Amino acid sequence: MSRPATGDPTTPTGYLGGPARTGSRFTFWLGAATLAGFAGVAALGLLVVPADDVQGDAVRIIFVHVPSALGAYAALGLTAVGSVMWLWRRSQWWDITAHAGAEVGVLLCGLMLVTGMLWGRPTWGTYWEWGDVRLVTALILFLVMVGYLSVRALGGPAGSVSTRAAVVGLVGAVNIGIVNRSVNWWANRTLHQQSSLTDGKLEDMTLLTLILAFVVAAMAIWWMVMHRFRIGWLERQLADRDIHQAVQARRAEAGR
Amino acid sequence: MWRDLRLLAGDIGLVAAKDLRIEWRARTTLGQVVPFALLVLVMFGFALNANRPTLELATPGLLWMTVLFATVVAVQRSVAVESTDGAGRMLLLSGMAPAAAFGGKTLAVAVQLLAVAVVLVPGVVLLYGAEIESLLLAVVTSIAATAGLAAAGSLLGAVVAGVRAHQTVLPILLLPVVAPVLIAATRAFEDALGTAAVNGWSWVGLLAGFTAANVALGAVAYGPLMEEA
Amino acid sequence: MSAVRLEGAVVLLGRFPALAGADFAVDSGEVVLVRGPNGAGKSTMLHLCAGLLPLSEGRGEVLGSDLGSDRAAVRRRVGLLGHDTALYGELSAAENLDLWARASRVDAAGVPGALRRLGVPEGLWAVPSARLSAGQRRRVALAAVVVRRPELWLLDEPHAGLDSEGRELVSGLMSEAAAAGAAVVLASHEPGPADGLATRTVTMAGGTVSADAA
Repeated sequence: MSRPATGDPTTPTGYLGGPARTGSRFTFWLGAATLAGFAGVAALGLLVVPADDVQGDAVRIIFVHVPSALGAYAALGLTAVGSVMWLWRRSQWWDITAHAGAEVGVLLCGLMLVTGMLWGRPTWGTYWEWGDVRLVTALILFLVMVGYLSVRALGGPAGSVSTRAAVVGLVGAVNIGIVNRSVNWWANRTLHQQSSLTDGKLEDMTLLTLILAFVVAAMAIWWMVMHRFRIGWLERQLADRDIHQAVQARRAEAGR
Repeated sequence: MWRDLRLLAGDIGLVAAKDLRIEWRARTTLGQVVPFALLVLVMFGFALNANRPTLELATPGLLWMTVLFATVVAVQRSVAVESTDGAGRMLLLSGMAPAAAFGGKTLAVAVQLLAVAVVLVPGVVLLYGAEIESLLLAVVTSIAATAGLAAAGSLLGAVVAGVRAHQTVLPILLLPVVAPVLIAATRAFEDALGTAAVNGWSWVGLLAGFTAANVALGAVAYGPLMEEA
Repeated sequence: MSAVRLEGAVVLLGRFPALAGADFAVDSGEVVLVRGPNGAGKSTMLHLCAGLLPLSEGRGEVLGSDLGSDRAAVRRRVGLLGHDTALYGELSAAENLDLWARASRVDAAGVPGALRRLGVPEGLWAVPSARLSAGQRRRVALAAVVVRRPELWLLDEPHAGLDSEGRELVSGLMSEAAAAGAAVVLASHEPGPADGLATRTVTMAGGTVSADAA
């Protein structure tokens, strides 16, 4: 556990070697741009884009559903990479990134499931379709990552929690592939449409809005992960400072 | 290389024999897990209103659901053996390869789960009126599925070892991960019991893949977990 | 030869610094008595020297292996008697030691000799260790250390729970080990039978080694 050598350990800012907050000028403008982007996607998606010939107004859900699905997998990929890097190199940076990715990923995975079900009801006539590979895989992924967060919440020595969580992240990442495979064979009657992007059936305006939604989602994820990372980083620094003080107090016991 | 593998196999055997001997003396599997599993079969009978056609249709799924419950119990017991009176320190100080400790504990859990399956299969024949059409498929499926459950269970058991809330966290971690085993073993048994027209052997292949992946994960990840305990 | 060298060792148990910058050194052939009140960090220091706990800060070397990078190599070469016996309760004394010997890759033929050396009656060898008395279990745990013939003996309150005959046995074992060139570190919170044995006594307080007297 290395800590910055500079600064006075008794004041938070001095010891942390930087301002004790999670925002910066960059994240402020990134957040502002993201909010503007959300407004733009909402305006385009709700007012400009025409209703779909087949799906009607329900098609508008894809502007939330598809970006949150891709975002969920991207964030959880971050968790998988971070888990490996912690186990391999004991990199604190990656450990905190893995945790940040999992929290954002669970949020987006939940959003994907809810919007998917809302879309499924008018389109397929049912909220839940067991035969759909992506839906079932996403649910299992959601449950695995909830397990990851519950291990993170167990508490205990910092290194021990990181290692336990990293193994769960690794096990989850490998097994989610097998889950996908098995559900694929099992269901073998998928309702899920093929990728909406490549089948060429989307209206121009719909496609444009979807692309904008992807960009905005990427910005939102970036913003969330950065803030969550900095919270994790500050938590570490704070814990280090507490330990530093505890070491001093303990040495004082011995009269030194 | 060959010498290393032989030593590894010897250590795996040592740990597995140790765990099985402890289980045999404590009679946890025979005295508690097997009766529990049989009880679950009976309770499912009540829950499904003892309806013969429904039961027959549901038999493979109920059977493997019951084995899944037994896995949670067996893994918890396997973890407790090491944490009582600091006993796990013996393996840690011995300098044995973590992969060997993982392999041994996995093997012991797999043997116990296989014993549970050996009792449950006649159980569904007697209670639910199931008929075994392909004994070979049933046996191979049982071996592959219990090995996979034991590997994933032992690894995740080590994740929660030494944690106060381990009894509640283990099922949360284990059940989603072993979903493919439930799907694949159930489909393979539908073939073996002739309740559905599926190709059971391709599902056995998936079970083998699951087992191989989780054994490999355990061999790599067990070391860091042992260090942290 | 240096068996143990700790410099500013900090060990965290959770968030509590059980060791708060301990300096400690032991050479081969020495018998070092570590003295100090409950909670001074004695057991933690023994566990650190056994390679069982990670070093948070400071440096440490045991039997030529670095505690930061190669704790596994340390664990293979030490003998530790802790507060708990590290025996499997359902296995007998002989089975426990046999497993230990095989797993540690030492000759299992030494097991009966070690049990005899510790005065465990032959009639108890096949009894599950959970059913042995506390004193007998402790003798079996000590026999495990003897079986390995370690280069570093780490004994936490080795005389606790033993009768006078047992205490003499333990003292004899420690002298023998030191004479054979091993380093022996024993921890004790009160004056007792260990005092006469030690070639050196150190005192611990507040997670540090505070006095190092010859």
